[in-house]
Amino acid sequence: MPITYTSGEQIEVYRFSIPVTVGVPLLALFLQAFVPRRFPFFSIFDLPLLVTIFFAMARRNPISGLLTGAAIGLTQDMLGTYPIGIYGIAKTVVGYFASSLGAKLDVENAGARLLVTLGFYLLHAAVYFTVARGMVNMTLNWSWVHGIVAGLANAVLGVGLYFVLDKFKQRT
Amino acid sequence: MESVLGRYRNLTILVGVLFLQVLGLAVQVKRSADAENTRLIRVWAVDAITPFERVVVWAQNGTRDLWHNYCFLRGVRAENRQLKQQIEQMRLDQVRLSEDAQQAHRLQQLLTFKEQVIAKTVPAQVIGSSGSDLSRSIYIDKGSNYGIKPDMAVITAGGIVGKVWIVYASTSLVLMINDQTSGVGAMIEKSRLQGVLKGTPDGAVILERVMSDEQVVPGDTVVSSGGDQIFPKGLPVGTVAKVGPGREMFLKIEVKPAADLNRLEEVLVVTEKQERNEVVDSGVRVRAADILAQRLPSVPEKPAIAAGAAAAKAPGAGDADAAERGTRGEATPMTTGGISAKPQGSRQSGTQSVAKIPDESSPASQAPKKAVPKPATRDPGLNGGSADAVGSNDGPAQTKPATTPPPVTQPNTPSPATDDPH
Repeated sequence: MPITYTSGEQIEVYRFSIPVTVGVPLLALFLQAFVPRRFPFFSIFDLPLLVTIFFAMARRNPISGLLTGAAIGLTQDMLGTYPIGIYGIAKTVVGYFASSLGAKLDVENAGARLLVTLGFYLLHAAVYFTVARGMVNMTLNWSWVHGIVAGLANAVLGVGLYFVLDKFKQRT
Repeated sequence: MESVLGRYRNLTILVGVLFLQVLGLAVQVKRSADAENTRLIRVWAVDAITPFERVVVWAQNGTRDLWHNYCFLRGVRAENRQLKQQIEQMRLDQVRLSEDAQQAHRLQQLLTFKEQVIAKTVPAQVIGSSGSDLSRSIYIDKGSNYGIKPDMAVITAGGIVGKVWIVYASTSLVLMINDQTSGVGAMIEKSRLQGVLKGTPDGAVILERVMSDEQVVPGDTVVSSGGDQIFPKGLPVGTVAKVGPGREMFLKIEVKPAADLNRLEEVLVVTEKQERNEVVDSGVRVRAADILAQRLPSVPEKPAIAAGAAAAKAPGAGDADAAERGTRGEATPMTTGGISAKPQGSRQSGTQSVAKIPDESSPASQAPKKAVPKPATRDPGLNGGSADAVGSNDGPAQTKPATTPPPVTQPNTPSPATDDPH
């Protein structure tokens, strides 16, 4: 039974069934595209990012995490009007670091998840901002207030979402 | 070397994946001119997501219709919808007629003009968005199967929404006017000051390229100028919400969109525009009222009963009504056949409204016209050919009226239909 050992602490590695692996990200993308039309405030959330963080932290494998982030981010890019790859790069970075962090720390409790999600939201925003301004020449303004408020909102939603998604975890 | 790669395998793969994406991004940015070519990968993504949205919208609408049409108020809902459509059409007509009336006055100063009006629209339902709060775009449930093409205008009865950006078989992606990459030719309705309407990263809408020495006040209505060759002229865009100093010598005018862009459910795609050219021979005395009468739609022939009733009406009563309506500034219903139905006498007695077309050599026609400043470089926000269109000088709306009025005799009455007040 493959178990990851880190600093002498035993941390479990989880896997997911194929329907969950494919269906949950697709559902997140669908909701992200559909719900803000009915409830405009929902656009502050980034469900695909939360799903990326969850899968990356649960699998605890950096390669798996970055590939999951890349796939979800690129799909999200395809639904928009901007060049494909901005979200892809941002979520690849987040997926890599989330899985690396998951391999080193136990991020199963709600408090840790809240902080980790807030941090990764800001990392995601920073990478997106850099790529969008540096490569695509988009006009974006960085706002710490907006970033932190949106990050907290995503973190709170994320804690609830992770609790639901925990039900789909399968021990390896 | 192999040991290094093996040791840093994860990092190497991360760098590799990032490099591939950066490379792909760079290629796309370089080829941004080919934006009209839909990438297959986008088609796949849209095909994967939009069916869910369609099903949800269909189920939502089905349930709602079932409740409203059969359980709650049978038939009233359908009738209401029909009436709303009628109102939307009438609002469009009203906008067109209002613009026509204003343009008829300006015709006195112009020899030629060109404009586009809405000829055909396709109703569509909004089924989703891009899923990002940075990209202001929506998906509609009509695509190339319904004749939708890129760069078609998307409007509601309230005002303009955006333009079709990418067309798929059964869906289309619409770039809204509050996206930072959009650009719409717009003007202040009252003063006819032209500018470029653009979105901001936070979803607001601003009117750019209006000189800082111009008078713009909050509450002014903003309409489309037609200069972008996408939106027909005169469609409501919004109202000025805030005016402040902008970059360089321009004002920063914040506009509140007329259409509620956050709560769109149904939109109209303008699939066909009709272009009207009218040429007035120089040196010929033409009345603004005659030109207006030719341009307005005529009323269909009334049935015999209605005609009889009209005949029974006292002679001259119709003219009196028209005069009364005209003095109130209302649009007067046209008589059958437009100009041909007008009494011959009005042509002679209405000398006050005779508009003399200014001669090419007259001082007024040579007066310097203050044109909207055209950007020296192509503005990427105007998306392709639109950039060159804005600020071009191909119609009356492209230039501000000359400061010195031309030697024309202004009509005394506000409406052309009342050009013969006697």
